[in-house]
Amino acid sequence: MKISVKREEKFVEYEVDIADTTLLEVLKKIKTTQDNTLTFSSGCRSSVCGSCSMRVNDREVLACSYKVQDGDRVEPLKNVPVIRDLVVDMSKAYAFNAKAKAWQNTVSKGVAVTQNNEKINEVQSDCILCGSCYSACPVYAVNEEFLGPFSLTRVWKYVSDVREEDEKSKIDTIQSNGVWDCTLCNECTLVCPQNISSKSDIEKLRSKSVMAGYSDPSFANSFGGGFGFDGSPTF
Amino acid sequence: MKTDVLIIGAGGAGLVAALNAKKSGAEVLVITKEYPTRSQTCMAQGGINAALGNAGEDSVEAHVQNTLKSAHGLANEEAVRLMCSEAPNAVEWLDSIGVCFSRTKDAKIAQRTLGGASASRACYAQDYTGLKILHTLYDRCLSEGIKILSERYLVELLKDDENAIAGATVLNIKSGEIEKYDSSAVILATGGYSRIYDKNSTNSSASTGDGIAVASRAGAKMVDMEFVQFHPTALKSSSILISESARGEGGYLLNSKGERFTNELAPRDEVSRAINAEILKGEDIFLDIRHLGEEFIEEGLPQERKLAKLYENVDPVHDLIPIRPVAHYTMGGIEVDDSSSTNIQGLFAAGECANHRVHGANRLGGNSLLEIVVFGKQAGKAAAEYALGKETLEPSAHSNFKLTLEVHEHKLDFYEVREHIGDLFYKNVGIVRKKSELQNALDEIQDVKSKLHLMGISDKSKVYNTNLIEFLEFQNMLDICEEVVSSALKRDVSCGAHFMAE
Repeated sequence: MKISVKREEKFVEYEVDIADTTLLEVLKKIKTTQDNTLTFSSGCRSSVCGSCSMRVNDREVLACSYKVQDGDRVEPLKNVPVIRDLVVDMSKAYAFNAKAKAWQNTVSKGVAVTQNNEKINEVQSDCILCGSCYSACPVYAVNEEFLGPFSLTRVWKYVSDVREEDEKSKIDTIQSNGVWDCTLCNECTLVCPQNISSKSDIEKLRSKSVMAGYSDPSFANSFGGGFGFDGSPTF
Repeated sequence: MKTDVLIIGAGGAGLVAALNAKKSGAEVLVITKEYPTRSQTCMAQGGINAALGNAGEDSVEAHVQNTLKSAHGLANEEAVRLMCSEAPNAVEWLDSIGVCFSRTKDAKIAQRTLGGASASRACYAQDYTGLKILHTLYDRCLSEGIKILSERYLVELLKDDENAIAGATVLNIKSGEIEKYDSSAVILATGGYSRIYDKNSTNSSASTGDGIAVASRAGAKMVDMEFVQFHPTALKSSSILISESARGEGGYLLNSKGERFTNELAPRDEVSRAINAEILKGEDIFLDIRHLGEEFIEEGLPQERKLAKLYENVDPVHDLIPIRPVAHYTMGGIEVDDSSSTNIQGLFAAGECANHRVHGANRLGGNSLLEIVVFGKQAGKAAAEYALGKETLEPSAHSNFKLTLEVHEHKLDFYEVREHIGDLFYKNVGIVRKKSELQNALDEIQDVKSKLHLMGISDKSKVYNTNLIEFLEFQNMLDICEEVVSSALKRDVSCGAHFMAE
C-alpha cells in the first residue's frame, strides 16, 4: 500500500506493508522503520486528546480514527502555520478560547443540574480542541480574527449551562468577529470527529444575542444603518 | 524569566496545582511537553470516586476501607483518609466550575460501581469523565489568566548553592532551543511511566515517566516503583482501554468456550491475573456487554463502542470484544510527604508521577482522578506557601545540560530496542513475575544502557525534532525500567499488583 505525505511543499510517497489499520499506525511505522524525520503529533490513540488532526484527501480527520486506504494523500491542517510536516502551530486557535472568555464566569453554589440541563451541552463538552473545524472554516480562512468554531461552541457550552449566572457578559464578548461573521456553511459540523455542530451552536448564540438586544449587523446595514447597536432605530 | 511556582505538566494535577498556587497568591507558570488538554487525564473514562451516596448508601469510611484493602497494606492510612474525606468537596468544586457530570433523575451527580468498591461511588460524565474534567480545569486556568507554555520538554531541574530548587531547564520543541526558567518552587505533575511497556499499555505515548527520571537524577527518591497496574480489559490488538465501567454496569468476561471464569468486579490485579491464567491455558478472552442493550451502551459507553468498532471490527452491541490485560497505571513514583513535598527543598509532586501512598500495591478505579484534584490542590498550596516565604536570592543555578545531536553513533535502532524492552517487560516484569525472569530483564536493561552510545537519532533538524524527543524519552524510560525491575527483585513476597509466581 502506498500513501503520500505532504512535507515542505511537496508530497513524498511511502510504501508500507500493513493494511486495515489506522493512519496513525501507518505514520508511526514509517517514522520508526523508514524515515525517522517524518514529523507528526499523536497521543492517546483513542480520539480524545486531539493531537493527530490532519487532512486526508482534502478532508480533516484524526489519524488515530481514520482507516488508511491505498493512495491516500496526507496533509497538515489548513488555516494554521505549519511548523514541520504534519505538525501545525495550534497556539493561535487555542488563544481564541481566552479571547472569547470560554469559561464559567461565576463559580456556582448549590445549583441543581437536572438530566435535561445536562443533556443540553453534553455533546459540546465532548470537544477535544483538535482544530479540524478551524481548518475547514472558510470564514476563518479570510478573517484571522474570527473567534471560530470551537471557541464559540465552548461559549455556548457555558451560556447554555444552568450554572452560568452571567449570561449577558458572555454574549457581549462574542458580537465582534463572532457569531455574526459565520456564514452557517456547516463545514465545521461535517469535519468534527466528536459530532459537534458549531454551526448550530452559533445559531443558538445568535438567538441569545437577539434576546439580549443585539442584531445581525449585516441585516442592520441593509436598512441603511438605520438601527443602532442595540437594535433600536436611530434617526 | 523568574516565577514563584513553576509547574511541569498540564494534566489534571498540574492545572489543579496551578489554580491553587495562584489562589494562594503566587505567580504561576505552567509548562507542558504537549498542549494543555492533550494529557493522559483526558483518557480517564470510568469516573471519580466520592462517597456522595447518590446511588445507594455509601460512606467516607467505606471508601477508606475499600481503598486500604486494595492497597494491600502499602498505603498510608492518614493520606487515604484525607483523600477520601476530601472527595465530596473535590467533586462539589468540579461541579461548581462547570464539569458536565452525568445526572440522576433527581438532579444529583450520577454514580456507578467500579471494581473493588462496596457502593456506586464513581461520579462520571458518560465515559468522558477525564476529558470533561480536564477541559473544564483548562477553561478555569484561562479565566484566572494562568500562563501555560506548550511544547516544552523538561530536561533538568536546577538547584541553587544550598541544594534547593531554583527552576528547570527545558527544550523548546518548536524552536529546538534550550530555555531556562527560574522559580522558587517547582511542582512536578508529569504523569506515570506505563509506556515502558511500549505497545502493551493503554496509555498515551507521552506517559514516559520523564518527570520521575529527571527528579531522580536531581536526587529525589522514588518509591514502590515495582507496582504497575495492569488493566484487565484493553482491546486485544491495540491495547486501547475499555473502561471498567463496562464491567461495573454488568459486563461479563468469557473465555473461548463462552464460560465466565472470575468475579468481574474484583480489584484490577485479581481480574488481570485470572485473565492471564486463562490466556496461558490457550484461551482467548472476551468482554461481553451484549446483554446490556444498544440503548444503554450508546448512552453510557459510547466511546467503547466506537473504539471496538474501529480497532477490532466488532460492534459490542452484537459481538464479543477481544481483550487482554495491559499496563495502565503506575502506583510507584516520587516520594512525597503530607504536604506533597519531595526530599528536595522546594520540589513538590502531584498526580501519577508522585507517590502519596494512597494506592499502595494496587489502585482502585476512580481514585486517580480523585488523587489529582486532592493532591494537586495540596501541592499547589504548599508550593505557593513555600515560594512566598522564601527569601529571594539571586539565581545561582546553572545548567549542566548540553544538547547535542552528534554524540551518539547510529548503529542500533532505539525504536527497535524500545519495542523489544516493552515486550520483555510485559512478559518478565508483568502480571505474574518470577525471580529468574526479573533478573533476566535487569541484565538486559543494563546491557542496553551500556550500548546507548551505539544508538542515536538520524533527524538532525532543530525544529520540532520528535526523533530527538523520543530518544530523550527512551533514555528516561531506561532509567525507570532499571528502577522498576530492581525494586521488584527486592520484594520476594507477592503484594497486590506485584505478584511473584514462586
